[in-house]
Amino acid sequence: MSLTFAIIAAIVLTGAIGLSVLRKTVHCVLSLTIVFFGLAMLYIRLDAPFLGFALVLIYVSAVTILILFTVLLTRNREIETDVSPYSRGSIAGLIVGGSVFAGLIWMIYRAPLSRGITELESPASVKSLGERLMTEYVLPLEVIALLLTAAMIGAVIVAMKDPG
Amino acid sequence: MEVLLLSIKEQLVALFPAVLQPLAGHLLSITPVLGVFAGCFALTTVLERKALGRIQNRFGPNRVGPAGLLQPVADGLKMIFKEDIVPLKADRTVHFLAPVLLATTALLVFSVIPFGQAPDGRHLVPVDLEVGLIFFFAVGSLAELAVFMAGWSSRNKYAMLGAMRAIAQMISYEAPMLLSVLTVVLISGSLSLVDIVGTQAGGFWHWHVLTPWGAAAFLLFLTAALAESNRSPFDIPEAESEIIAGHMIEYSGFKYALFFLAEYLGLFAMTSLAVTLFLGGFHPPIPQLAFVPGPIWFFGKFVVIIAFFIWIRGTLPRLRMDQLLQLAWKFMLPMAVVLLIVAAAWHRISLTWGPVFGWLFCSPPVIMAYLMLGRGGAGKKGGPRVYRYVN
Amino acid sequence: MIGSGIVKGMAQTAKNFAGTYIAPRKYLVTVEYPEERLPAKENARNFPFLVFDGDDPEAGLRCVACRICEKECPPQCIYIEKDKEKKPDYVGKMQFQPSVFDIDISVCMSCQICVEVCPFDAIRMDTEFELSNPDRFGGLLLDKRRLAKSNEYCAEIHPEETEQTEARRAEDVRKAVAKKQARQQAASSD
Repeated sequence: MSLTFAIIAAIVLTGAIGLSVLRKTVHCVLSLTIVFFGLAMLYIRLDAPFLGFALVLIYVSAVTILILFTVLLTRNREIETDVSPYSRGSIAGLIVGGSVFAGLIWMIYRAPLSRGITELESPASVKSLGERLMTEYVLPLEVIALLLTAAMIGAVIVAMKDPG
Repeated sequence: MEVLLLSIKEQLVALFPAVLQPLAGHLLSITPVLGVFAGCFALTTVLERKALGRIQNRFGPNRVGPAGLLQPVADGLKMIFKEDIVPLKADRTVHFLAPVLLATTALLVFSVIPFGQAPDGRHLVPVDLEVGLIFFFAVGSLAELAVFMAGWSSRNKYAMLGAMRAIAQMISYEAPMLLSVLTVVLISGSLSLVDIVGTQAGGFWHWHVLTPWGAAAFLLFLTAALAESNRSPFDIPEAESEIIAGHMIEYSGFKYALFFLAEYLGLFAMTSLAVTLFLGGFHPPIPQLAFVPGPIWFFGKFVVIIAFFIWIRGTLPRLRMDQLLQLAWKFMLPMAVVLLIVAAAWHRISLTWGPVFGWLFCSPPVIMAYLMLGRGGAGKKGGPRVYRYVN
Repeated sequence: MIGSGIVKGMAQTAKNFAGTYIAPRKYLVTVEYPEERLPAKENARNFPFLVFDGDDPEAGLRCVACRICEKECPPQCIYIEKDKEKKPDYVGKMQFQPSVFDIDISVCMSCQICVEVCPFDAIRMDTEFELSNPDRFGGLLLDKRRLAKSNEYCAEIHPEETEQTEARRAEDVRKAVAKKQARQQAASSD
């Protein structure tokens, strides 16, 4: 574990803790962006800069703004001071969360990647990424494109309903 | 000049111990960018006001210093010594972080712009990233977050309204902007700005702006750049006559100056990108003029585009919100998609038959798309607003 | 076609911009105030002043301390005290003169009523407007000495009005002289 990884991990964990501890919803969303930043840094450190910057472009700018808009448009009160942070289902939630975490850890340990660090033949350049997308993974790409188009048309139709 | 700058940097870096050398190298790359663009900011504010004054048949600032050129010094001093006011109900942390984040992102985007090239092939670029363009837009889009933070943390309805308008505008114009840039990526086959500039070397007839798709994409990019940097005629997020200053309303003193700085730096970044992508970056218009250093060519083109922006600001009135969004989604986005297809066709045709056939086959679809989309935009909905609920 | 209006507008502003360099007289309409200033109009008015004839502001003051203006002044910004001494006026009649004549221009509302009611053409409206003063009370309370301004100055700022006044006064003097001569003739013939 190198120093940079430790720093990035600390950033991600700070963001994650802030996300679950902070009381104002907007603050939670803003600390979520810290998590996204940390993940992007992790990708860049792993020689996948395209993925890292795409993460920033999509998650930090688009998804976070979307979440912020939903938060602002659906809730009148930004902060609920009279509600205890520990709900009745917190123990059940802890159990569920812990088991998911344990399952993930088990899966990661069983994955062949974690057995040893394999050298990449070549760093993942944008060109090779594009070529893979257009040859090997062209079907999933098309399916995702179709799905996104359908979702977009659906959103347009939902928004088009005009009561006036 | 490039050689001189690079060797100065090497000499200075050699003074540091080996452990600190990479850090020192980066710092030395950052310093001139910081200095030059901050200086540009100061100069642009006064020249812009002078030019706007001339457009409106008056003098503009001419009191401070010779011909008013020391006006930014006076403005800066005023800003720094103003009281820094934070509203009582404001979210202090976020309120403080917003201008910091905005200024940081505005400065970060300059790190991938190439300003020149030494004869031995080394480039005057702070960082040569393989995914430079993605970096530019990823960091540039953080401005939305900063604007939101500023608007939300101020606890002011005008600030919130301004932030909402700004975000809606930025998201809408990011799509046609990215698509118009993609045409250049398609032709150059690279996301690195150094490579993109490299494909435009050797004279102005290699510049991307002098192709049917490039000219249209260039105009689309400039329009979107105006919208992204909240400048007139797309300045509705901070429309002084409607919502005072939008997200900046609760900021004063140096924080306000930071917002102002970030806005201009964002504009400079967009202009630099336009120069790099479409106008051949630091390359001279004809190869015989290569003895003039690259940075001078770069800043010459830069100044031309900035002057064009100032000219536009002096001419056009502010758009309405619905007109703004219609322009983005109903005209610019389809136009950019058409350009993407035309650029692909151009790449095929001019590779096999030469650029003359390329012009012959590629300009009609661009003009057709322009005319048809333009007619749609100027129809009933683009005209005067109908007040449905009032009448 | 979309964009044609933009091009037209851009051409107009370019014309304006270039015009300010090529034909500054036509295009640059700004008057740079402290250095250049526009000539004041005939009817421009700001605060009243007292007119005097000749060279001596004390002896030539037209005011006869009749206190009409003091009574008519709506905001009551004029304060007059009559002097015991009398002095001859322009037609040679003995008249009173003011020992104190103060106008508080921080109270004055520039209505010009004092000018209209004055039967002796002794008070006129000034066009001086650069009156900012660090002394809020003393600096804006003008006494007789500061109010007195020569008839030439009056002619300069209100040429038409002064011309009419002068014509009327010349007529008065002519009549007075004629009357005197008639009286003298009558006295000599008796």
